[in-house]
Amino acid sequence: MINKTVANVAEAVEGVADGMTFMLGGFGLCGIPENAISELVRLGIKDITCISNNAGVDDFGLGLLLQERQIKKMISSYVGENDEFERQMLSGELEVELTPQGTLAEKCRAAQAGFPAFYTPAGYGTEVAEGKETREFNGKMYVLEPAYEADFSFVKAWKGDEAGNLIFKGTARNFNPCMCGAAQITVAEVEELLPAGSLDPNEIHIPGIFVQRIFQGENYEKRIEQRTVRQKG
Amino acid sequence: MLDKNGIAKRIAREVKDGYYVNLGIGIPTLVANFVREDISVEFQSENGVLGMGPFPFEGEEDADIINAGKQTITTLPGASFFDSALSFGMIRGKHVDLTILGAMEVAENGDIANWKIPGKMVKGMGGAMDLVASAENIIVAMMHTNKAGQSKLLKKCSLPLTGVACVKKIVTNLAVLEVTPDGFKLLERAPGITVNEIEKATDGRLIVEGEVPEMEI
Repeated sequence: MINKTVANVAEAVEGVADGMTFMLGGFGLCGIPENAISELVRLGIKDITCISNNAGVDDFGLGLLLQERQIKKMISSYVGENDEFERQMLSGELEVELTPQGTLAEKCRAAQAGFPAFYTPAGYGTEVAEGKETREFNGKMYVLEPAYEADFSFVKAWKGDEAGNLIFKGTARNFNPCMCGAAQITVAEVEELLPAGSLDPNEIHIPGIFVQRIFQGENYEKRIEQRTVRQKG
Repeated sequence: MLDKNGIAKRIAREVKDGYYVNLGIGIPTLVANFVREDISVEFQSENGVLGMGPFPFEGEEDADIINAGKQTITTLPGASFFDSALSFGMIRGKHVDLTILGAMEVAENGDIANWKIPGKMVKGMGGAMDLVASAENIIVAMMHTNKAGQSKLLKKCSLPLTGVACVKKIVTNLAVLEVTPDGFKLLERAPGITVNEIEKATDGRLIVEGEVPEMEI
């Protein structure tokens, strides 16, 4: 067993620096790497590019990095829940690259799986395809999209073991598995870190080969964006 | 004239037994409330769940189980979770039978715009561009006119496009329309609405053939 465990979040993010590109898992605030984000805020590194489906809310998730003006560029599919984001974008302080959600996921997965690029029909004929190579296959038009290149991937899983194997929970899975092994270094934070052998190999979602560092996360807030319920009876 | 629930109710009649259905945010989400109970349907949410159920009971919300609108949800027997790449593989690979989404504008050739108003609103396209580029069965749920009273069914979209020549059917508060090579074909009128009223509210080419029936809801 190759042990991927690091002692804490500080050790997990070792090597991050100004100007780097990070992938961050999560959909809205669901399944975001809360501990890694807090640590990046604490370190105060600047001019970072974030590849993440969303940009958090004003006071949580990637919104915390935006507040401190640490982000130079955001690559996302949907950024609708964040006033500070909108302000920085409209004032030109923040560069934004909006990407169709399925394309964003696949650009991560392509990096993970060793594809330099792929063709997708998403965005053909729209401003997303401007300046990109297009090609016809079987009578339909497609857009060539390159894989992402990133320095670190920060992902959050439910359970993990010392070997870096990961299991996700519910829809907190989202982009996290696609980002594992898609950057130079993948850092996984987990709610429950277990000894190797504790997880059933049949039930692993992401094998440890895609993870360089794993640590036991702390104090998960798991904030709910839209609490919707029905009444009993 | 229909309200939002009325539009959702009419669209629910398009949902057939054995369908996997992707519902967008807004009116489309309401469709789930009106699908017949004697047919088997699974709702897909792009953030990675098939077999979505109703909202949880108070106190049973799980922050790790949400829909694409970031609302807490439940799952039904037979449900599954998966990652975002697989989720869009389902969509891109045409495994989802029906996609229902909202729009700001639809053009008579089936172009759709629903993600950006330059200078005003830039929230992003989310999964809409992937959905409209691949889905073969797309129904748009929207009001026939915008808040300023202008038609949303146009000759050509004025806003940045989400997808080209992809919309097949449109259900509005006034009518059910099909996108044909010649323009919007009027299929049904909303209760109490005349063909003339629909013509007035439609900027794109409207095709009216014979007697246009009133919607059954």
